[in-house]
Amino acid sequence: MNPTLPVGADYVRILPEIVLSIFGMAIMVLDPLVDEKKSQQLLGGLGLIGTLAGLVSTWIMAQSPGFAFWNMVQVDGFSVFFHVLVIAIALVLILTSYEYMAVQQLRAGEYYGLILFGLVGMCLMSSAVELVLIFISLEISSISTYILAGFRRRSATSSESSLKYFLLGSFATAFFLYGVAMMFGATGSTNIDAISAALNSGKVPLLAYVAMALMFVGLGFKVAAAPFHIWTPDVYEGAPAPVVGFMSTAPKAAAFAVLLRIIFEANAPGRFWLIWLSAVLSMTLGNVAALVQDNVKRLLAYSSIAHAGYILVAFAAKPELGAPAVMFYTAAYAAMNVGAFAVVSHLANENERYVTLENYAGLGRSSPILAGTLTIFLISLIGIPITGGFFAKFYVFSAALQSNLVWLTIIGVINSAIGAYYYLKIIVVMYMREAREEVPVLPIPLALRAALALTLAATVYLGVVPGRMLTFVQQSAQQLLQAEHTSAREQVGNAAVPRATQ
Amino acid sequence: MTPSLHLWLIPILPLIGAAINGFFGRRLSRQTVSAVALTFCGAAFLMGLYVAARFPSLELPHAEYLGHWIRSGNFMVNFEFYLDQLTLVMLLVVTGVGFLIHIYSVGYMWEEGGFYRFFSYLNLFMFFMLTLVLAGNYLQMFIGWEGVGLASYLLIGFWFTKDSAASAGKKAFIVNRIGDFGFLIALFLLIKHFGSLNFSQLFSSIAQQPAETAGVGLLTSIGLLLMVGAAGKSAQIPLYVWLPDAMEGPTPVSALIHAATMVTAGVYMVARSHVIFGHAPNALTVVAIIGTLTALFAATIGIAQTDIKKVLAYSTVSQLGYMFMACGVAAYSAGIFHLMTHAFFKGLLFLAAGSVIHAVGGEQDMRKMGGLRQYIPWTFMTMTAATFAIAGFPPFAGFFSKDEILARAYEANPAYWFIGVTTAFITSFYMFRLWFMTFFGDYRGREAAEHGHAPAHGHGHGGHGDPHESPMIMLVPLMILAVLSVIGGWVGIGGRFEHFLSPVFGEGATAVATEALSRSTEITLMVISVVAAVLGFYLAYVLYLKRPELPQKIADSLGGLYQAVVNKYYVDEIYGDLFVKPLVDGSTRILWHGVDQGVIDAAINDTADGARHVSDSARQMQSGNVRSYAGWVAVGAAVIIAYMIWMGVR
Amino acid sequence: MVPITTLHYLVVAAALFVLGVIGVLTRRNVVIVLMSIELILNAVNLNLVAFSRLWGLHGQVFAIFVITDAAAEAAVGLGILIAFFRNKETVNVDEVDLLKW
Repeated sequence: MNPTLPVGADYVRILPEIVLSIFGMAIMVLDPLVDEKKSQQLLGGLGLIGTLAGLVSTWIMAQSPGFAFWNMVQVDGFSVFFHVLVIAIALVLILTSYEYMAVQQLRAGEYYGLILFGLVGMCLMSSAVELVLIFISLEISSISTYILAGFRRRSATSSESSLKYFLLGSFATAFFLYGVAMMFGATGSTNIDAISAALNSGKVPLLAYVAMALMFVGLGFKVAAAPFHIWTPDVYEGAPAPVVGFMSTAPKAAAFAVLLRIIFEANAPGRFWLIWLSAVLSMTLGNVAALVQDNVKRLLAYSSIAHAGYILVAFAAKPELGAPAVMFYTAAYAAMNVGAFAVVSHLANENERYVTLENYAGLGRSSPILAGTLTIFLISLIGIPITGGFFAKFYVFSAALQSNLVWLTIIGVINSAIGAYYYLKIIVVMYMREAREEVPVLPIPLALRAALALTLAATVYLGVVPGRMLTFVQQSAQQLLQAEHTSAREQVGNAAVPRATQ
Repeated sequence: MTPSLHLWLIPILPLIGAAINGFFGRRLSRQTVSAVALTFCGAAFLMGLYVAARFPSLELPHAEYLGHWIRSGNFMVNFEFYLDQLTLVMLLVVTGVGFLIHIYSVGYMWEEGGFYRFFSYLNLFMFFMLTLVLAGNYLQMFIGWEGVGLASYLLIGFWFTKDSAASAGKKAFIVNRIGDFGFLIALFLLIKHFGSLNFSQLFSSIAQQPAETAGVGLLTSIGLLLMVGAAGKSAQIPLYVWLPDAMEGPTPVSALIHAATMVTAGVYMVARSHVIFGHAPNALTVVAIIGTLTALFAATIGIAQTDIKKVLAYSTVSQLGYMFMACGVAAYSAGIFHLMTHAFFKGLLFLAAGSVIHAVGGEQDMRKMGGLRQYIPWTFMTMTAATFAIAGFPPFAGFFSKDEILARAYEANPAYWFIGVTTAFITSFYMFRLWFMTFFGDYRGREAAEHGHAPAHGHGHGGHGDPHESPMIMLVPLMILAVLSVIGGWVGIGGRFEHFLSPVFGEGATAVATEALSRSTEITLMVISVVAAVLGFYLAYVLYLKRPELPQKIADSLGGLYQAVVNKYYVDEIYGDLFVKPLVDGSTRILWHGVDQGVIDAAINDTADGARHVSDSARQMQSGNVRSYAGWVAVGAAVIIAYMIWMGVR
Repeated sequence: MVPITTLHYLVVAAALFVLGVIGVLTRRNVVIVLMSIELILNAVNLNLVAFSRLWGLHGQVFAIFVITDAAAEAAVGLGILIAFFRNKETVNVDEVDLLKW
């Protein structure tokens, strides 16, 4: 590894990040220059174009797979998948926010910029194969979401949510960082391939175990896995509804990508029972606590903990079965959850006044379209066929069973039966109860229609013809798992270099 | 290469109808809505007839492949439709009876709110049911399977302003989910071990395996799990509890979904999986035992019910038990035969009961009926045909199919036969009890009306005063079904029906069956079952027509036992006590809760308190205090670090 | 005199880490909680620099990144705190309690 300057191909391999950063900065610069009334349209539009450009540049990036920036970044099917996923989530978020921001009378300002910056972090998380870079991209994504959570500045709950998220988030990140430092000490490298090679070549030092534990704390926090899930309900309840849709999917997907790399690619030692227990706890606590919630945002927050649990079930399975199941689940969950929150944020109205279950009564009559779409998303969250949620669960549990995790599968299956109850509760309220007070339903603007159509299409597409997605997911998981064997060898040499210079 | 029949059109047609009514129904007139629903459902029926007409020229089993659905590695699932004799029977029953019930519903639901919504759901149900029946692999079947559950949930809860309807819907849905997960796990096992879900591939590879005679092997577990699924959908012990409550739905729904079609899906699935069960005799025995017990158990509950629809509901559970008994003794074609005749007469019973309810202004309590035969002669006549059919009087349809099952059961094990005949006697008794109480004696509805009893039923067909006959649009389907209830069984004479299905279930099994029993034994058995039916009739006649004061005396003398029967053996309560109490009191609250939600039926209402407790204790973590949250993170981290250090040192 | 080995650094770092965690758990002022988190980050830095003795400059470069990140985090954190203060006029973490259950 010679200390040469990065070549052109290196930049192509981080093209989406570059493009998104440029758009983000453009928004920040333009913000003070434009008239406040126009700012919403202009900056939002710019953000939209930014995400579209991000998708295009991801396509360009996908054409040149390989390593970049001295093996810090790796472009493969796996990273392309997560790039597309998080950018698509952001696209829908921007479409949803358009109306939301106007209704809540929030200044567009840095909102759209922050989304794009957060996106840069999440994209980088999925392609980073270096712990330092992973840490930095994690922070880029987290700091943006901390601020986004508190974007309804005048609302006490929103700023409280932001503060809680920030304090606990940076606390957990500190654990992660401590783990990274330990891992560096244990293996002499921060490169995942090199770490994997070091861990697989003989006795694993105790330090590496501790490092793994600490890193799991940090990442477990980010994906809201028990016992590090406690922040989730509070933060989701207070944060602006569209942002919650985003937070519960995009950064989580990115964090799962990192977990996949660390756990499967680096073949983390001693992980099995850790994940097993965390999966069981997340599923059970999430589902059980959701049963009595009457705030819809909070209910969906608990449900997202449960879904993190389902995804963790796949982590306990054999890598070649679990990894594709995880990827499929994150995609399906993103489609249905972002969609559900799009409906929730539209109904919330000014100051997020209408977010309790009570307010959803009679929605089936007052707005059949919204009620119908929400029903489909909820059906998918339950896991009923012809929706993405069904296949997602199907693959996860089938992967678990094929890895002989009988108990885990049974617990998961029971949990999803419990889960059916509270999702059903929302449907029942919407269709089968009369509204007590008049809940105004605003007309659905075009952008939101587009957002709902996109998420709905994705949910149904994944449920009806999951074949192509599944094939893709499997191939990229294959790449991910093989990468360790091919590149690890050459990495060993690199890792040894600094040692020699000392 | 046989020509394509475009089988995919059959399920799609009702789906189009559902979509039209669902999206635009609001703005359409009732006439248009019903025309749309009937057209598309009728078209599916015509397609079914067309398939039947082309049937002799087909190379069977006939599979139609539409495209890849999922392909990953060596595991592949296609969109495919599968047609053989079994499918054809189911197809005709579902579309035919379904179409008749659609016609009837136009009259029945005419004055109800949400008319378009009702027909949209009904068509949607047809779509899923046909998907289930025509599926060429288990996954597609499962989709139909879940879909019919969903449609049934929507239809049970159709009168959603009634709390009982909404909670009955939820109960049905959740109990069904339990069964579905059994099914789903069976599918996972099939994928894991055979790498395919396609019927032809799967069955040919299973056929090469040796049968599992001892212990619980792979195929046995798959069979048992499939049976869990079937028990959920077809309301067998212990998952039958949802079906009686499902009677909260409109009566045509009870006829279509909870009598004629959906609840028989479990029987169809077991029959379809006969290769698996054939290799797992132990699982098959379980099927037979569950079926037999359910038949008897539900029939005894039926004796003491006073709600006309509840009697029919328990009778459905019991008759389904017969079908499982048949499948359990490997007499699949007898089971399917009974499924078909049952669809005729039980569909008819429900529709006629609906007509009765309609006539007396929404009353469902038989104690407030009586003497109706003068007021509603057509309904009376059709109902009579159905009652004789279900009681097993020759030459009505039920006689042939029930007799077939009993003969095959005798051959397998006389104990099954004995319980079966006892059940036949009880069935005859409670059905004639219903018949006498409803149509004979004096009309007892007036005084009740005068005392200001509000109709129990959700819809108010205002009419107090004299009962009135239903409109023609409701009577025509009744008559057609009545004819079918009479002659529908004749196709089975001389084993023709069995012979027709024999390519599916194997020629061998049927041939042995007809020869195994000597002619004389067969006739003896037949006579015994007819005698049982007549005895039931006579007993009902004595108790409910001639000396109506007797039942009360008997009930008094039986005391506790009768009470137990009236209260459905306290099953709901036992479930409540077994699972709810420990749930609330026990220290392992959360775990119990899982079992509770998973196992019991009373979950929805009775356990609300328990659930609240458990859920509250789960929420206790969420104090809202940042420092305690940080504490949780730190404790969690400490535990994990300790565990990992232990792992490392070990 | 005992030579100072890598282990000594690690012990100091671990002590700092624990102090930081205890600080987060016990202090009520948000600003002090923030400082405690900084303490943990500094423990990390100390670790990284100490490991650099074994593995080369990697660790020290990493430490610089961590310092930068800590600065960014502190800036954002204080910003969020000010937004919170405007709503509730307090910096006591125990009064951050609108959202619960």
